[in-house]
Amino acid sequence: MKKLLSGNEAIARGAYEAGVKFAAAYPGTPSTEILENIAQYDRIEAQWAPNEKVALEVALGASIGGARALAAMKHVGVNVAADPLMSLTYTGVNGGFVLVAADDPGMHSSQNEQDSRYWGLFAKIPVIEPGDSQEAKDYLKYAFEVSEKFDTPVILRSNTRISHSKSVVELAEPQEMAVKDYEKIPEKYVILPRHARMRHTVVEARRKALEEFAGQTWLNRIEWGDKDLGIITSSVNYQYVKEVYPTASILKLGLAWPLNEELIKGFAAEVDRLIVVEELEPIFETQIKAMGISLEGKSIIPREGEFDQDIMAKALLSREIKDGLQSKQQLPVRPPILCPGCPHRGTFYVLTKMKLTVTGDIGCYTLGAAPPFNRIDTTICMGASVGALFGIEKAHPELVEKSVGVIGDSTFFHSGITGLLDMVYNGSTATLLILDNSTTAMTGHQQHPGTGKTLKGKEAPQIMPEDVVRGVGVNRVRIVDPFSIKEFEEVLTEELAAREVSVIILRRECALTSKAKNPVYVVDHEQCNGCKMCLKVGCPALSVTDKKSSIDPILCFGCGLCSQVCPKEAIGKVGVQ
Amino acid sequence: MSEGKVTSILIVGVGGQGTLLSSKILGQVAIQEGLDVKMSEVHGMAQRGGSVVTQVRFGPKVYSPLIAKQGADVILTFELMEALRYLPFLAPGGTVIVNEQMIPPMPVIVGAAKYPDDPVKEMRELGADVINLKAYQIAKDLGNVRAANVVLLGVLAKKLAFSRETWEEAIKAVVPERFLDINLKAFESGYNY
Repeated sequence: MKKLLSGNEAIARGAYEAGVKFAAAYPGTPSTEILENIAQYDRIEAQWAPNEKVALEVALGASIGGARALAAMKHVGVNVAADPLMSLTYTGVNGGFVLVAADDPGMHSSQNEQDSRYWGLFAKIPVIEPGDSQEAKDYLKYAFEVSEKFDTPVILRSNTRISHSKSVVELAEPQEMAVKDYEKIPEKYVILPRHARMRHTVVEARRKALEEFAGQTWLNRIEWGDKDLGIITSSVNYQYVKEVYPTASILKLGLAWPLNEELIKGFAAEVDRLIVVEELEPIFETQIKAMGISLEGKSIIPREGEFDQDIMAKALLSREIKDGLQSKQQLPVRPPILCPGCPHRGTFYVLTKMKLTVTGDIGCYTLGAAPPFNRIDTTICMGASVGALFGIEKAHPELVEKSVGVIGDSTFFHSGITGLLDMVYNGSTATLLILDNSTTAMTGHQQHPGTGKTLKGKEAPQIMPEDVVRGVGVNRVRIVDPFSIKEFEEVLTEELAAREVSVIILRRECALTSKAKNPVYVVDHEQCNGCKMCLKVGCPALSVTDKKSSIDPILCFGCGLCSQVCPKEAIGKVGVQ
Repeated sequence: MSEGKVTSILIVGVGGQGTLLSSKILGQVAIQEGLDVKMSEVHGMAQRGGSVVTQVRFGPKVYSPLIAKQGADVILTFELMEALRYLPFLAPGGTVIVNEQMIPPMPVIVGAAKYPDDPVKEMRELGADVINLKAYQIAKDLGNVRAANVVLLGVLAKKLAFSRETWEEAIKAVVPERFLDINLKAFESGYNY
């Protein structure tokens, strides 16, 4: 049977067909839908972990226990999970283990463009790269075989374009995979130095065996065409090459690490001109040049951003990108914004009014950095709002009464807790705000330990952020509705002045998951004097034309924030005098 | 849209407008017809009211999931200004189907930028073939503003070679039962526009 599947759906299907028993992840674009889709197969136990390190650790335990196991995460999630990963490469596996790492060239929804193929070289783990959804499914299945055959974790590297493109996939029946027996082998799984020294030798032998394997595996294939141009490429880049230069000879590397020298030398010897086409880092290029082969790569192809066939045509054919019809008007940008009814709007209105320095974090509230608030001073990575807040206090103790950190509920559970523990232990007096909208909003509303539901929709113990906060030793804990801006401002003023760590939990449900049917608001044009104070809340439903404010009734969520800030009391609920 | 050639449809709009359902139905149509299909979508941060684009390509064999500049046979656009933004992707002789809805972006709302003047008029002056309609109003009159995306699909259907039955079958395969009736009506309104 054929189906149109996204790369992420295909990866999930591949896990099902491969007989995977356990899968874990923390949501992160572009990897999120892998676990959401795996969760739809009853025979796979799938769960959200609080962060990627935990996801990888539970999956590696399942693998050592004898089950086929998978962990999925975005590229920067692998950084969080890198500690267990770098040891897992020494211990090896029992049941097959695959880490799916999804990169984001072009940074559609990420903070950097790191290239996950480097984990191959760094951790000496085979890296497999599919070029469409069919390959995503087939390569994932094969990755489990490679893992078990070579006693190694395997990385399946996806990216935004693979994960979020749909293409036609031929489905297959699932394999029956019994969970292997668990065997206690301390010299393999307990990486004491004396064990680890022996394991390092095993890893080096494995590296050589994998290099040999790279010369034979069907994951790498040569498509002979004109021999005046040969291209070595992988992933979705293969598609762009085929689109603009269908007659070239191509060596498509499905196994991106390790490389096989004979295979590459053989291909290079047959073609007049050799070009390496790889998005982001010159990883193939550097290794192939070290084999003594001359080639063109980053000298003609960008090292930054996502590729497409226009970029490919320019690199391979020196064809300039031609713009077609073009508007002569200056088109305003359309950046993402906080939704109508978003609880963060109340928070950022107050933080802006009080002109605070704000260390930020990863989530929808990062949009507090955008106009009209322009309120966030730093965004680094998951959880960094907490440490950065404490660090600013270290550099400028006088700033502590004018600074806050903002972190979402899911991000707090992910990696905010240890930072807060540090603040309490080392005597910070700063104020952290937990923006609790009771979901992982930015990635599309996933469950987490604070929601009371699991990935599979089952009831779960609901862990409240305030209990965790008190548990790590914070005495001053306040819970406020971010739409009650007057109350929030009062509470915040008190807590900023307090000489110990304070946490304010701003609790209100995400507007997109809220089922509340609120009456919409309307502007009384008799009262409105066009002062534009209401625009300071940055709501897309509000606009001012001809010196009168008005509210789009379709977009209005009925949060009432604009009516709270209107000095003329000109904004009220529809049908209420 | 000749035999053997890849057809490319660019669907653009503002996050939250329902562009993903349109591409899903279009992809379903192509797969029903036994064609090779590739589609690219935007997820994550851009979906929060940002400019969003979906690329749909189908034909006997499709390689790239992306559409090149001047590569779109049709640009189906849910918002007026977004039509102008993506115009460089229109193939010579291609068509722009535009929903006459204005969603001012934040720089316009706060007065830092100006919404462009009459996008439909400018596109015609530049020589583009433009079909403009108030899909939003049509859907509203039918009883559900959220069906505007399927009204637009109805207009697109007239430009493509697939039978009306194929489209209706695809809508039935993709749309949940309880919204089927309104979506079939919306499709018909677009198809007969």
